[in-house]
Amino acid sequence: MLGSGIVKGMMETARNFFGSFRGSERLVTIQYPEERLPQKDTARTVPFLVYDGDDPMTGLRCTACKICEKECPTQCIYIVKDTAKKPDYVGKLQFFPKIFDVDTSVCMGCGICAEVCPFDSIKMDNVFELSTTNRFQPLLLNKHQLAKPNSYFQKVHPTDAAETDKRRAEEVLKAQAKAKAEAEAKAAAAANPPGAAAKPAPAAKPTPAPPAPAAAASSAPKANLENPSAGKVSAGINQKPAEAASSPQTS
Amino acid sequence: MNQNIDQVFVSLKSWIVGLVPEFVQPLVSIFVSIGPLMGLFGTCFALTTILERKGLGRIQNRFGPNRVGPAGFFQPLADAIKMLTKEDVVPHAADKVVHFLAPLVLTVPIWLAFSVLPFGRNMAAIDLEAGLLFFFATGAASELAVFMAGWSSRNKYSLIGAMRGIAQMISYEIPLVLATVPVVLVVGSLSLNEIVAAQGGFANWHVFTPWGLAGFLFFLIAATAESNRSPFDLPEGESEIIAGYLTEYSGFKYALFFLGEYLGLFAVSGLAVTLFLGGWQAPAAFLEFIPSWGWFFMKFAVLISIFIWTRGTLPRLRLDQLLTFSWKFLVPMVLVNLVVTAAWQLTSVWSFPGAASLRWIGAAVLIAIPYYLLGKILTRLHHPDRTYQYAE
Repeated sequence: MLGSGIVKGMMETARNFFGSFRGSERLVTIQYPEERLPQKDTARTVPFLVYDGDDPMTGLRCTACKICEKECPTQCIYIVKDTAKKPDYVGKLQFFPKIFDVDTSVCMGCGICAEVCPFDSIKMDNVFELSTTNRFQPLLLNKHQLAKPNSYFQKVHPTDAAETDKRRAEEVLKAQAKAKAEAEAKAAAAANPPGAAAKPAPAAKPTPAPPAPAAAASSAPKANLENPSAGKVSAGINQKPAEAASSPQTS
Repeated sequence: MNQNIDQVFVSLKSWIVGLVPEFVQPLVSIFVSIGPLMGLFGTCFALTTILERKGLGRIQNRFGPNRVGPAGFFQPLADAIKMLTKEDVVPHAADKVVHFLAPLVLTVPIWLAFSVLPFGRNMAAIDLEAGLLFFFATGAASELAVFMAGWSSRNKYSLIGAMRGIAQMISYEIPLVLATVPVVLVVGSLSLNEIVAAQGGFANWHVFTPWGLAGFLFFLIAATAESNRSPFDLPEGESEIIAGYLTEYSGFKYALFFLGEYLGLFAVSGLAVTLFLGGWQAPAAFLEFIPSWGWFFMKFAVLISIFIWTRGTLPRLRLDQLLTFSWKFLVPMVLVNLVVTAAWQLTSVWSFPGAASLRWIGAAVLIAIPYYLLGKILTRLHHPDRTYQYAE
């Protein structure tokens, strides 16, 4: 009969109207600024720099290797390497960034920087309330703003952080074992005549040298100043001079 | 005591009028009647917008506006400030005078329509002998305003919207008026005060007779269309024609149109209360401790919520569906209703046992059969059975 559909529809809306007052199975709205949904483990927005320990600047994992800067599709990362070096988590001496800027107004959140970072230093954050009153300066984050403790990383991406921490702990153990073995070898060498132990030392020294010219030749014009050190660092990181030299050439 | 509360506004008015010298008393009396009406229905407008938005929100399983003030109830205030401070844009090619006048022409007659509605015992601003006629005469002016707005904007969407609006308003004016004629026929007066007086007590409300119920429903449908509300809001169908005749209006002129629309809704709701729901009469004598204006506004609020409920339920019609519904269904049905009412009035002299129930059942059947048949025929004609190929 004409009108029965309307009555049915009216009943349905009435059910929704009254149902929305009791229980939350109908009224699913989260009143955002006051209430929040828990963030997803996979949520990714802009990058940040992880540091170990308490002091952001001494504990920064970044070694200013500039891989992220080169890989960034929107070129929103700008790095200037410091001339000094400091020991990293396994005790090896590494450079660290003098300037590390991320322009979040340009960043598209692809996460390639975090993917390519060999030091587990740059990771994707999950903050989303990034609005500012000015569109230039506040959106350009420097290394002090970017540096966040490892505990924060563990909080925002627990799975990822657990995997990273485990791997790094293993590496530390390995490095310690290696140092121990070296110390033992040294002790053994000290006990033995010096002629036998002197051999590996000169062999170790020239290894960083060959990739340096390749990296210098291929590096971008804007990074001229840092060329020599860049070559050394990339060799130090990758331990694969051939790859480090070939990838910039193809680009 | 009861009588005092019931007549508090009437005595207040006579007291105020008594304060001034005799020669200005008529003038003061006019202003004392108009001022509260405008204030009251202005407030009603603000309250209705927020309640409507909250109600629609609940129907759609969300909170409505709940940020401004306690539970969002200052939202109309914020809207008003926004509307008043907006730039008033008038198109370069518009007919500026007509463009300016249209919102006024819409709003003023609707205020006039409130003057004949009895809001309580002795509380009609003017007790016109032909109050109902006056009401519809002022209501008809809104068509002119819609056409002025559409034509003067020099915008094709405005014009299409205005054309739709006028087609709709003229089509639904007829069932709207014809649905009220049975009441006039039974009461024998066009005066709204007398129509209310004839409905003393629950059982005498016109809505509780077969013709009254049918008339009430047809009146509500026609009133929805007349006040351009969903599901008949296609003059403003934003998916096709932006905002119809409101397209080129902004700022306070837009707010005036909005106000006019809601005032039209209030006016027809008030009329529906007066004609079919017993006006300010309490349902029974023992409930008369609630003042008469309290009863009027309770019934009024129920009708407004029905309008909001309908708006939250029904999707917008197509123009051909809209006109078909009016001319092929509503107009014949109100005519049938009129004939049935005439028969009802003729048989009111019957006094044999069982006459009352026979009249009642007879009238109900005489309305239900045309309703059923017409509905069936129209459905078959305009909505043949569909075969769904891909739906389950």
